[in-house]
Formats: sequence, C-alpha cells, structure tokens
Amino acid sequence: MNVVNTLQIIVANMLIYSTPLIFTSIGGVFSERGGIVNVGLEGIMTIGAFSSVVFNLTTAGMFGSMTPWLSILFGALIGALFSSLHAVATVNLRADHIVSGTVLNLMAPALGVFLLQVFYQQGQININEQIGYWNVPLLSNIPVIGKIFFTQTSLPGFLAIVVAILAWYVLFKTRFGLRLRSVGENPQAADTLGINVYAYRWAGVLLSGVLGGVGGAIYAQAISGNFSVSTIAGQGFISLAAMIFGKWNPIGAMLSSLLFGLFTSLAVVGGQIPGIKEIPSSFLQMAPYVFTIIVLALFLGKAIAPKADGVNYIKSK
Amino acid sequence: MNNKTRKVLVPLIAIVFGFLLGAIIMLAFGYNPIWGYEDLFISALGSARSIGETLQTMGPLILTALSFAVAMKVGLFNIGMSGQALAGWISSMWFALSFPDIPRLLMIPLVVIIGMVFGAFMGFIPGILRALLGTSEVITTIMLNYIMLFFSTFMIHSMFQKNILMDNTTDQTKLISANASFRTNWMSSLTDNSTLNIGLIIAIIALVIMAIIFTKTTLGFEIKAVGLNPDASEYAGISAKRTLILSMVVAGALAGLGGVVYGFGYMQNFVSQSASLDIGFYGMAVALLGGNSPIGILFAALLFSVLQTGAPGMTNDGIPPEIVKVVTAAIIFFIAVKFIIEVMLPKAKAIKASEATKKKGEKA
Repeated sequence: MNVVNTLQIIVANMLIYSTPLIFTSIGGVFSERGGIVNVGLEGIMTIGAFSSVVFNLTTAGMFGSMTPWLSILFGALIGALFSSLHAVATVNLRADHIVSGTVLNLMAPALGVFLLQVFYQQGQININEQIGYWNVPLLSNIPVIGKIFFTQTSLPGFLAIVVAILAWYVLFKTRFGLRLRSVGENPQAADTLGINVYAYRWAGVLLSGVLGGVGGAIYAQAISGNFSVSTIAGQGFISLAAMIFGKWNPIGAMLSSLLFGLFTSLAVVGGQIPGIKEIPSSFLQMAPYVFTIIVLALFLGKAIAPKADGVNYIKSK
Repeated sequence: MNNKTRKVLVPLIAIVFGFLLGAIIMLAFGYNPIWGYEDLFISALGSARSIGETLQTMGPLILTALSFAVAMKVGLFNIGMSGQALAGWISSMWFALSFPDIPRLLMIPLVVIIGMVFGAFMGFIPGILRALLGTSEVITTIMLNYIMLFFSTFMIHSMFQKNILMDNTTDQTKLISANASFRTNWMSSLTDNSTLNIGLIIAIIALVIMAIIFTKTTLGFEIKAVGLNPDASEYAGISAKRTLILSMVVAGALAGLGGVVYGFGYMQNFVSQSASLDIGFYGMAVALLGGNSPIGILFAALLFSVLQTGAPGMTNDGIPPEIVKVVTAAIIFFIAVKFIIEVMLPKAKAIKASEATKKKGEKA
C-alpha cells in the first residue's frame, strides 16, 4: 500500500469522524460559556440523529440527493426544541445542570426508539440517501497534498471548520459573544448592566441544541446511515471531552475534535497500517477520554471553566 | 406544611407527573394508557415469578443508588457508577472463572471483596484528582466510564484465558460454576424459578450499614459536614480532602458490588459491552427519586424495578416498552425541577388554611 493512499484514507476518515464532534463540541462551548453545563449533548445528538433519519425517509422521494442536507437542518431544529427542555429546567426552574442533562441522555434514546417503533414497527432503520465522499474543486488537483487532503473527503467536515471559525468570531468579536460570556462569568454583574441573563443563557443552550442536533444528524446521514439505540453511543461525551480539551474555545474544540477523530479513524482503518495495527483498537478508542482526564488534571487545574458555569442565577426581585 | 411531608410529597408528585406524561404520549399515538399501565403492573407483580424478577432487579439498583448517594452527601456527583460496576463485575468474574473449584462459603465473600476493591479503585481516581487538583469529578467519572468500557473489551479479547470463554467467540465467557452463583434453590423455588438471588439480601445489608454510617458514626457526620461546608469542616478539624477521597472510595466499592450482584446474580457470566451499563444511570435515577436517603432509595428502587420488569408486558397492547424509559426520565425531570412543585405546594395549603396566612399577613 503506498504512503499517499494510506495518508489519504487516514486524513479523510479523520475529517469524517471529527465532523459530528466539531459541531457538537462547539454547541457545548456556547452553552457553557453562557453558564449552563450541558452533559446532555449525547441526548441532543441522539435526537438529532433520530429526527434527521425520519425526515430523510419521509422526504427522500421528494428531494432526491438534497435530502440528507435538509435532514440535517431538520435535525438542528428538533435538537433546538429538545434542548429547550434543558434550558427551561436550568435557566427558569433552578434545576441542577447535571441532573437535567442526564435526563436528556435518558430521554433521547427511549423517545427515539419508541417513536421508531410507532412509525416503522422496528428498532433500527436504514436510510438510502446518504452524504457520500466529496472532492474539493481545484484544490484536489494539487499533486500529493491535494490527493491527501482534498480527495474522497467530507464536505460537512470543511463546513464544520468554517463554522468553528465563525463561532470563534461570534464568541470573541461580537456584542452577542461578549454578553454571552459575561452571563457565564458573572451573571450578577451582567444583570446590573441591563443584560437579560435568562435570555442569553437560553440562547446559549439553544445554540448547543442546534449544533448538537446538526452533529447527531451528520453522524446518521454521513457515517452510520441508520438510526438505532446504539447509533449515538458515546459521541456526545467525546464532544464534551473535546470542548474541555479545547478549553471552552470553538477553535480549541475543533482541534481537539480533529485529534479525537484521528483516534477513531486509526481505530477503524488502522488494521491495515503497520505500526498502528499492533495497538489494540480498544486503546485507540479509549485515548480521547484518557487524554482529557490527564490534561484536565495536570495542565488546566480548576480555574479554566467559565466562572459561573453550572451556577443557577436567581434574579432578585 | 412541614419539611417531612414536603420531602415525601415532592417525589410522589413527580411520579404522578411522570406517569401522566407517559399516558399523554400513549394517547397521542393512539394507545390506551390504562391498559398499558395495567399490563405493566401485572407483568411486574402478577405472579410469584414476576415478583421474584422485580425483587432481583432491585439488588444492583439499590447498590448503585447508594453509591451515588454517598458521593452526593459529600457534595460530589458520581456519574461513574457504570464504569465502577463494570470494573467490579469483570474482575470478580475473571477470578471466579479462573478458580471454579473454590468452595461456596469462601467463593462468595471473595468475589464480593474483589469486586468492591476494583470498584473502589475506580472511585479513588476521581476522588484523589478532585481532592488534590480540583479536577471536576463529573468529567473524570464520565470519562472513566468509557475508559473502563473499552478496557473491559480489551480484557475479554486479549487477557482472558481461552478456556474460560464460550466456544467460538471472544465476546462472552462461560457460565460460572454453581458454587459461585448467587442464585439459591430456596429463593428460586420460592418464586417459581425466577432469577431472585442473595444479591438482594447483600444489597439490603449494604443499605442498613450505610444508614448506620450516615446517622450513627463519625464518618457519616464528617461526610455530611464536608458536603454542607468544606471550609467550616476544615476549621472544625475535619480533613475535607481525606473525607472526599474516602467517600469516593466507598461510592466506588458500592457500585462495584452492584456490578458483582448483577454479574453473579442475574447474568451468570461476563458479556462484552457496547455501551455503559444501564444499572449505573438508573442507580442515579433511583438515588435522586429517593432523595439520597436509604429508605427513599429502597422505595425508589422498588418502583424502578417494577417499571423495568413490567415494561415488556406492554407489548401485549402493542405499546413499545421504551415508553417506560421515557416515564423514568420524566420522573427525574420533575424531581430536578422540584422548585416548581415546591412553589405549588404552600399555595395549595394557603387556600385550605387561610387562617394561617392571615396570621402571617398580620405579622408582616
């Protein structure tokens, strides 16, 4: 097997597996920068994957090859709707963020499989219209580099990188971003300055719903091609890890997602590569979680998450 | 309304709301919720055998719920019960399969201890990281669930001896010998050959021991004190760090024991897992519903065991049994937003006992 081909497979798979993680972890960044801890990303992804699969199956005859893309948008919408459960519980009703997030994780697969049984009388369903490989126009013609990075690759992956840059801009260079961060750092102070803390926290959670929904939907539309109870099995928690590993920064979250995607890619395709195939795939699958603990313990300490992350804000009358 | 009635009323109202939501969903999709719930309870409690299955399900749930409760009392979120239980299950199973000839009286205490030790180790890691470096235990326990999940796959594929695995597969082990199993003739025959086993007795013993530790011992007092205010505890001469680590070790040991009970009572072997163990997350649900108190945990575990055991019965009415998990999640949701229930409660009382409010008004 020649080196360029091998690298092409690794890089393309890295991007494909990272894409859902990039979207979801950026969603997590928005929620937690606004002060709402979101361990429910896994559940949001599950609902995104489920709703996109249902939309895909229902409309495949109508939209043809556009179906997966519209399905992803639908996944985003339902993801936002589902995340509003977390928002109303944590922002308005003073629920504990971890408990409420866990409710999302318990609720999503149960609801997904229940509705699947109601709609299709089966516990797993496959879609026909999927997102396939993509060659980047022009760039794919560059010798060697073009072959490795820009052929047989993932269009959503490149969109995810653009979204990460955009998210960074929104969070650090716009008025909305500044206000969102302020309600996550010091809600009292923000409130005194006339910022509507509840509204901004809602916005953060809803954004995490939209992006988590997109992440789950992309996983279903481009990777698994199906929905069952095990379609989303841990990707939401890897995204949570990527968000922490990336220090609550969209660019950091994107880079950690790419790193974690590389591990998954190596675990999946590494069997053919000398040097990688000797490492048991269990260890590659474990790596993102081990790295996150080590980094969190040794390098970051405690003063890194937004200050009021996980703290309910109760407006005084 | 005093605190005690409130403590009982809030979970009861949450349960009612949860069942109502389930009923609304069933109605919305054209099912009859009354038949559904009827079949749920019949298949959970309708015969000696189903009662046995329901009681069996309680064992691991009580233990993982106690695990969550111990950590919660010291102010920590232990979400790592799945991984801790998995560690307890796989380690004790490996031992029992490797030495199948150990007599029963020795075997059972040994597997219990091994499972608890490995579970405790899984709890020790987040405990010490939290105490010494301030690392969020929520994150480390979630990460450890997955690390343990993949490590257990590695163990069964690459570390287990070939002769303890089922023929032609590396995904599950052979069944344990009769002298390692937690099932006993008298418990099985009492409940028409159900899987009821001494795991339930072990769980109840653990429940009583923890109740005594919480209320009668220095350790219990220290745990409560650190949970309420770590700084004040330090001034009072309690080492908050030591208490944090110790509670996580105890929490891990309890969840590890839950894994042992699940493995030796229900499964009878080890099967490679593709997702986190359910008993972990449902243990959290049980503890939250039971308000982290031993007696509350007992009743909450009973309710969730009824739901879990009875769920398949709903297929008699063509209702997908997953609705029960939706109900479970909804109950926890209403517990989480108990603020809204608590706001409702005094108002309801105010209308009935208007005199009391009048007095208050006069004072104000």
